[in-house]
Amino acid sequence: MNLQNIFSELEKQDAELSGRLDTRRDAMKQFRNIGRVLALSAIPLALGSMLKKAYGRTPQDVLAVLNYALTLEYLEAEFYATAITKTSLFPTPAALAAFTTIANHEAAHVALLKSAISGAGGTPVTKPTFDFAGGSLNLPTFTDYPTLLTVAQAFEDTGVRAYKGKATVLMENPAVLTVALQIHSVEARHAAHLRYMRRNLASAPQPALKPWITNAENNVAIIQPVYAGEDTDVQAGITITGIATEVNKAAATEAFDEFLTEDAVLAIAGNFIKK
Amino acid sequence: MFIRKTRSVTSNGKEEGIAMPNVHRRTFLKYAGLGAAVITAGSLAGCSSEDGGGDVAPGTGVSLGTGDFAVLNYAFALEQLEAAFYTQVVATPYTGISDVERTFLTDIRNHEIAHREFFRKALGTNAIPNLMVDFSTIDFTSRDKVLAAAKTFEDLGVAAYNGAGKFITTPNYLVLAGKIVSVEARHAALIRDLISNGSFASDADSNGLDFAKTPQDVFAAAKVYIKTEIDANTLPK
Repeated sequence: MNLQNIFSELEKQDAELSGRLDTRRDAMKQFRNIGRVLALSAIPLALGSMLKKAYGRTPQDVLAVLNYALTLEYLEAEFYATAITKTSLFPTPAALAAFTTIANHEAAHVALLKSAISGAGGTPVTKPTFDFAGGSLNLPTFTDYPTLLTVAQAFEDTGVRAYKGKATVLMENPAVLTVALQIHSVEARHAAHLRYMRRNLASAPQPALKPWITNAENNVAIIQPVYAGEDTDVQAGITITGIATEVNKAAATEAFDEFLTEDAVLAIAGNFIKK
Repeated sequence: MFIRKTRSVTSNGKEEGIAMPNVHRRTFLKYAGLGAAVITAGSLAGCSSEDGGGDVAPGTGVSLGTGDFAVLNYAFALEQLEAAFYTQVVATPYTGISDVERTFLTDIRNHEIAHREFFRKALGTNAIPNLMVDFSTIDFTSRDKVLAAAKTFEDLGVAAYNGAGKFITTPNYLVLAGKIVSVEARHAALIRDLISNGSFASDADSNGLDFAKTPQDVFAAAKVYIKTEIDANTLPK
């Protein structure tokens, strides 16, 4: 399949989207010009004001994505903030240091998203009340180190898939899209490190676990929904398995991370949100 | 055999279709002398290929095309570079490589080849030819040097995809770039952890954001490793 096929396929699936993008072309141009002169520190405020300037009001779909992202970042931020208070749980200073690094990033993401939403004239969603035992899952999240790592890995791999699934909604706003991509790849770095930590866990090493996701493999049943569909090896109609002699099915699935729908993500995250 | 030629040494369309990494001749001869006959047959074949339908003479700029084709060719160029690098790393492992490291680096090589071949197929007749790479500045016998170069390539790859996402106008291709960039980020994290455990995301900024670079900045950083001249002027700015 080539690009033209993909264009026409997409048009069939979402004729409305290309129409919307056309009418907003001028606004997008403006975004790009503004974006070029932006200082990094000014991002949160600038995001909000750019959203408003271009549309007069902020597109609800972009705000909705930012609030969806904020909900997930709240979950991660509180999880790590709580985890790093349980210092005796961590077997090594390096493990605690890694969690602290991630905790700082997630807290920064929460602040960034809240600021962007407010700046755009929206209202940041209220932080849910979390239950890190996962409700009926009844997990010993903050008392058992392997469980802590498992939950962390599940949150990060879910986060990666969640951001990926919303990228196209943000196309109408290049500045917001770029920031979302920059969060997305940091989540992927977190996920890779947590998987590496689990692999090297002294009390229960897991040599099959790699920083990347092989097929839809995972060795803890309760987090299997996080990996649903990761065994896809067809991208844009092109079968990746066997595309070169080095690329078997495992490599083909590892080489591409898949997105998750909002419903699937919220079903996973919902286990940890008090109703 | 590994002396630089005035033309690219690859032929387009071959499964091994990467340009032969231009390992420093003395370094290569050292490997050869040690009997490390691990350079693949395909690479050797590429070395002597002179017919090369899509070959590009260094010194004439390769056009990336326009619009989404330019962005995808930009990604294709970077994936060619990464695939060629890891192909060399796996073919001539650094001194003291561990089994685990060899497994990880082979996995990464395979992922980068998958990305490269995906772009080649997706772009079809719009694909740029195989690029000639130049790794003569990298000492492939040294773990430190190889991992440092790998870190540069992976962080650059992440920065490139993050910076180029906003230029993509076809939604499905933005999704595909997203599927690839997070894998590059996983590579970057692992390579960084191999260098110094815990440094997986230590260069995120104060907002917890990863790198994002313009194509112009990415090409400036990658230039030393790409011998084929690329005309990046058609890339969106």
